[in-house]
Amino acid sequence: MDFDLLIGIFPQVLLDGLTLGFMYALIALGYTMVYGVLEFINFAHSEIFIIGAFVGVEILLSFKSAGWLDVLPWVLVLFLVLVAGMAVSGAVAVVIERTAYRPLRSAPRLIPLISAIGVSFFLQDAIRLFESLWRNSFNLVYPTMDVLNHRFELTETIDVSVKSLVVIVAALMMLWSLHTLVNRTKVGKAIRAVAEDQAAASLMGINVNRIISLTFLIGGAMGGGAGVLFGVQYSLINPYTGFIPGLKAFTAAVLGGIGNIPGAMLGGLVLGLLEAFAASYLSLLTGGAFGAEYKDIFAFSILILILIFRPKGLLGEVVRERA
Amino acid sequence: MRLARLRLVITVIAALALVLPVASIADAQSKGTIKIASQSPLSGGQAVLGEGIKLGAQLAIEKQKGNLEKMGYKVDFVPFDDQAKPDVGVANAKNIIADKDIMVVIGHLNSGVAIPSSEVYKEVTLAMISPANTNPVVTDRNYVNVNRVCGRDDVQGVVGSEFAHGTMKVKSAYIVHDKTQYGQSIAEFFKADAEKKGIKVLGFEGTEEKSNFDPLLTPIKAKNPDVIYFGGIYDQGAPFFKQAREKGIKSKFMGPDGMDSSDLTKIAGKAVVGMNYTSAAGPASALPKAKAFVDDFKKKFSKNPEPYAAEAYDATTMAIKALEDLAKGGKKITREDVSAAIRKVKHSGITGEIAFDSKGDRLKAQYFVLTVASDNPEKWGDNKIVKQLTIAPPAVKK
Repeated sequence: MDFDLLIGIFPQVLLDGLTLGFMYALIALGYTMVYGVLEFINFAHSEIFIIGAFVGVEILLSFKSAGWLDVLPWVLVLFLVLVAGMAVSGAVAVVIERTAYRPLRSAPRLIPLISAIGVSFFLQDAIRLFESLWRNSFNLVYPTMDVLNHRFELTETIDVSVKSLVVIVAALMMLWSLHTLVNRTKVGKAIRAVAEDQAAASLMGINVNRIISLTFLIGGAMGGGAGVLFGVQYSLINPYTGFIPGLKAFTAAVLGGIGNIPGAMLGGLVLGLLEAFAASYLSLLTGGAFGAEYKDIFAFSILILILIFRPKGLLGEVVRERA
Repeated sequence: MRLARLRLVITVIAALALVLPVASIADAQSKGTIKIASQSPLSGGQAVLGEGIKLGAQLAIEKQKGNLEKMGYKVDFVPFDDQAKPDVGVANAKNIIADKDIMVVIGHLNSGVAIPSSEVYKEVTLAMISPANTNPVVTDRNYVNVNRVCGRDDVQGVVGSEFAHGTMKVKSAYIVHDKTQYGQSIAEFFKADAEKKGIKVLGFEGTEEKSNFDPLLTPIKAKNPDVIYFGGIYDQGAPFFKQAREKGIKSKFMGPDGMDSSDLTKIAGKAVVGMNYTSAAGPASALPKAKAFVDDFKKKFSKNPEPYAAEAYDATTMAIKALEDLAKGGKKITREDVSAAIRKVKHSGITGEIAFDSKGDRLKAQYFVLTVASDNPEKWGDNKIVKQLTIAPPAVKK
């Protein structure tokens, strides 16, 4: 076996895994926050995520056709796109909560779950309908921004692209601000109170409905931001692209301990790293017997093992702090 | 119990009595309707090619249904969307065989869909003429109803490795495929022949990933092969190649006819300019009689024909010729007769001389090696042909 090769690519794989992991972490937050306050899985979150990516591509494409893409500073463009993606996804999440989940809040837990699956299908095809009428295409491609594709060559096999740095930095900033919001502010305290006991929170003068809407807004915004970053990093999106990353982010949320915000972040990183390592190393280590196609099987087998020994996830469902 | 069965029998007889006279009256007025179906992905990531197949068939029917109509038949075209999914293709196939008027199916785009669907057509010996399915299994099953106007992957894979070895002079290759019946098998044919010719195969990987190819590309970059071959379709190949260039991989790129779509450059842009791909369907500009076809197509649908649209046109023409031959005989046309008649048709189509051998392969299929000329999707038709071959299919395997 070629040990030089195995060790040589290690930092690159680590970097790829981190980029993917941060993306999963951002999406996983939406699942975990909603579970925290309502104790059900919002399966439409994968579409909220991809709506962010579509908002991003639409803005970038219209900038490109207006000729602004080369004029405006790229940091500003990215910031604008990111904020717009977050705003639209957040708003969509709030509307979904208001129309599809709130009327069912007193129903058994399975009912809103089915409603969520329905919303998910509806959104997929709504995006498909919109894009086929608007641009007459199924696959959309993020316009290339040359700055983003610049690479810093560290060694012959390892380099860092501006893209992955942008993804990691943006994700870290979003995670940090969420953490501050939930733990350091009054609103954050209200979210935690609603998560812990809705009835008691409402007796203390907290407007539970508004806090739940806010939770959807924040979770949706994080998902939308992740969507924009996903588009910037991997460039090709279509209305069904959200499904697989969404499913994996949901898994990441469970892995970290559903309902637990730091858990979702950790779970996303662990899953991203596992996947990257499996895809890069499986065929090298087994001499081609198991290829990169087994990356999900490998990653999910480890996941099952972790959940057997820690059924509540890596960090567990920390009741006092869940949100 | 006995009474119930008796009642059932009476009901059935009554129902038949109602239906049969109506059917025979309809027959007396005209000779009935002949429907030609198409099956190809009309939605989803491969819709560009699938739509081309549908429109090619539609154009052929509109141009050539005149003779059949003069003989008293109504000719209808019924397009189906198989979504490039085997289960959808099979479900459509069941609907198709239930419609007794459908005499021929033009399709599919994906071999992985065509193979299970044609098992359904075979139940009623419904003829299928494929414009695009290159997997050897399609015809190697020796079904009397299955034909194709395109070439085969066991030849196409070798055409690719031959070109890589002889013209591109590569010493090492890394092969990736999409794990479908089409992509994996052509990648295996490429690999087997490349190894025989002394090209070092540094890796052979399958992936169903659609967006994130980073972890797959890292070992490829470290191994730095002369050429990367992607056995699959453009909706997956394009982002793969794009991300490979963005990652700083300098290897040359190659692929089979699944790459042959303007969407390849629409998605991957500059990354694929200069890339070579093999094809069992040449660009319409290179085909001998294609000019009139391209003009008609543009006039009617106001866009360029995608690859395989011309093949679909020819496949449909073959079907119409067979139907005309049967209609001249005057007997009631059956599906068995249509399947048998298609094997007898000889036709000089826009893609060249077409006739089928005893297992449904085209007697002389054409293979091309092309180079992507521009990153502008509008100019996909300008891709340069760097090599053109006419090769007979391998003999029937027992």
